[in-house]
Amino acid sequence: MHLMYFTEQPMSAYPEEEGKKLGYTALIFSNRYFDPVAASQLYQERLEEYRLAEECGFDGIMLNEHHNAPFCMQAKCNIFASILAAVTKRVKIVLLGNPLPISDNPVRLAEELAMIDLVSQGRLVSGFVRGGGTESIATNANPAYNRERFEEAHDLVIKTWTVPGPFRWEGNHYQFRVVNPWAVPLQKPHPRIWIPGVSSRETIIWAAEHRYPYLVLNASIEDCKNIWKLYDESAEQAGYTAGPEQRGYLIRCHVAETEEKALQNAREFMWMQGEFTGILDPVWAAPSGYLGPWARKFLSETHGGVYQKKPAPTFERQLKAMSIIAGTPEQVVEKLRILLEETRPSILAFWANDGKVNHEDSQTCIRLLGQEVLPAVREIGDRLGLKSPFEANTPVSLAATPASELRPPASVSA
Amino acid sequence: MSSANPSERFIEAASLKIEVMTGGSGAPLLVLHHDIGNQGWIPFYAQLARDFTVLVPSHPGYGKSSRPDWMRSVRDMAFVYQSILGALGLERTAVVGLGFGGWVAAEIALACPHRFDRMVLVGSAGIQPTNGEIFDQFIVNTIDYLRTGFANPADFEKTYGASIDGARLEAWELAREMTTRIAWKPYMFDQAMPYLAGTIGASVMLVHGSEDRIVPLSCSQRYASLIADAKLNVIDGAGHFVEAERPAELAAMVKAFVAGVAR
Repeated sequence: MHLMYFTEQPMSAYPEEEGKKLGYTALIFSNRYFDPVAASQLYQERLEEYRLAEECGFDGIMLNEHHNAPFCMQAKCNIFASILAAVTKRVKIVLLGNPLPISDNPVRLAEELAMIDLVSQGRLVSGFVRGGGTESIATNANPAYNRERFEEAHDLVIKTWTVPGPFRWEGNHYQFRVVNPWAVPLQKPHPRIWIPGVSSRETIIWAAEHRYPYLVLNASIEDCKNIWKLYDESAEQAGYTAGPEQRGYLIRCHVAETEEKALQNAREFMWMQGEFTGILDPVWAAPSGYLGPWARKFLSETHGGVYQKKPAPTFERQLKAMSIIAGTPEQVVEKLRILLEETRPSILAFWANDGKVNHEDSQTCIRLLGQEVLPAVREIGDRLGLKSPFEANTPVSLAATPASELRPPASVSA
Repeated sequence: MSSANPSERFIEAASLKIEVMTGGSGAPLLVLHHDIGNQGWIPFYAQLARDFTVLVPSHPGYGKSSRPDWMRSVRDMAFVYQSILGALGLERTAVVGLGFGGWVAAEIALACPHRFDRMVLVGSAGIQPTNGEIFDQFIVNTIDYLRTGFANPADFEKTYGASIDGARLEAWELAREMTTRIAWKPYMFDQAMPYLAGTIGASVMLVHGSEDRIVPLSCSQRYASLIADAKLNVIDGAGHFVEAERPAELAAMVKAFVAGVAR
């Protein structure tokens, strides 16, 4: 298995009552409430925690990015990736990921990622995302072309990494007269690409068609199974049989020395789900055109003010449904065993600390995960045959899969 | 309902299917609708139909008109409109542009200076305001956007009823999506417009609600200062949706302007 540490890098150091007053803590929540002194301190703490995660035995550190919101202090995941490339030695640096559609320069992005791969000596996993609707608005990237830009930027990044320059790119959304960045990645044919998501049907199919592992972001076990069903069917269509090596799962999971302490800290997972402050207007989450025509009715209700976002299920219900796992190491392992048996991922990301969980408790959590939970999870994974893409040495993509390993694509009518 | 018997038909233009609503009799008068799409045969059209043959196409990508996936700008749309107007036999005509439709009208006039002899631009977008910003519909929901367009927000209910049915919401959503595709950035204006507006040779009447919270008055003032034959009428107390708030008054203004200048 590939076991990763993740935190959203939340910044709880802002006046909560101001967020409550406005009703939002994203996009238009004023950065006058940003506290640079606190932020500088929080960045130091996160760095220490990442280094500790490496020491304690995690295989990877997962990074992400969001814009205009205190729930995620990473506005550009490549920045922390660059830092980690230098200050860590062993862990994979897993970006889940760079939002491609908001990039106006995918060639620059390809070059930045190549540099991270080089400095880290080949430890980059370069995930790509479409980005939430808020990301499109915050960076003023037209949401109606989000998917087109995602796919074209992806193709351009891959070509930049794999085809010697100079070449021209005269695309629909991107044009470059000379694509020829000096740096290309150390890993060949290119760094692994993993795709995280929360259920966008098109993205699941797209990931399967490219043979990119898909990471389910904290969906229920039932939803997760439906996602694998769609992924597996698309993989069969593409000519290969998908397995655990294409499956990832992100689980909110906090451990502490006592159950009481663990539950107290795990409650902070509700923080970013908006229990403490309403975080997001649904209009920003899904701008017009951001989703396919299938979603037009839903969007018409969202933008028509009819649809109201349902409040997150209660903490207790989420514990019961195992979308939050919290407890002592033994308690947590038991739940994770069920999760692994039911969903069979080879990549497991631990979203371990959120909200106002303090530095000390975060470190304790990382230590306990490393010393007690990870070894047990690895044993379960071995027993279930959950080999990560690295262990199984799977090709990085369908394009990189030898033709002899692929069946002829199933005909559309089949 | 109007006695003008509006009819709906489809024409082909630039390989697109375009929906056109027509009613009334007399000299043709083209109406270009807002960014929320055409809202049916509204009282304003019925008023106009007493004196004109009123033609209201749904813009490409709006209403039942087919969507050109390639279209990226209002300027692209203006070129398609040359085919639409050709198919409608409107070689030279008068036009009323409402809000976003005013921008479309201005772009059509830039592309073909002889197309319009009279232009009425009501709360017209398309030019960067010198004072204020054009209200950004994309960070609020459609209902709040529409409410903002009325000087008296209660007129929203008067116009659309207390509850909006699903079909109308979906039509608004389709319109919002098409507007996103062609007017996202810069939002609701073209940076070349101040340099090109002077090429408009038609007689232009700019109409602006004094309480328009969508398009700042400075947009109409700017057009008025750039176009040689232009005058500006500010309607005291009206918002952005002047045609919904003051249908009779606006129709009378249009009639007087269009009939008042020799054709």
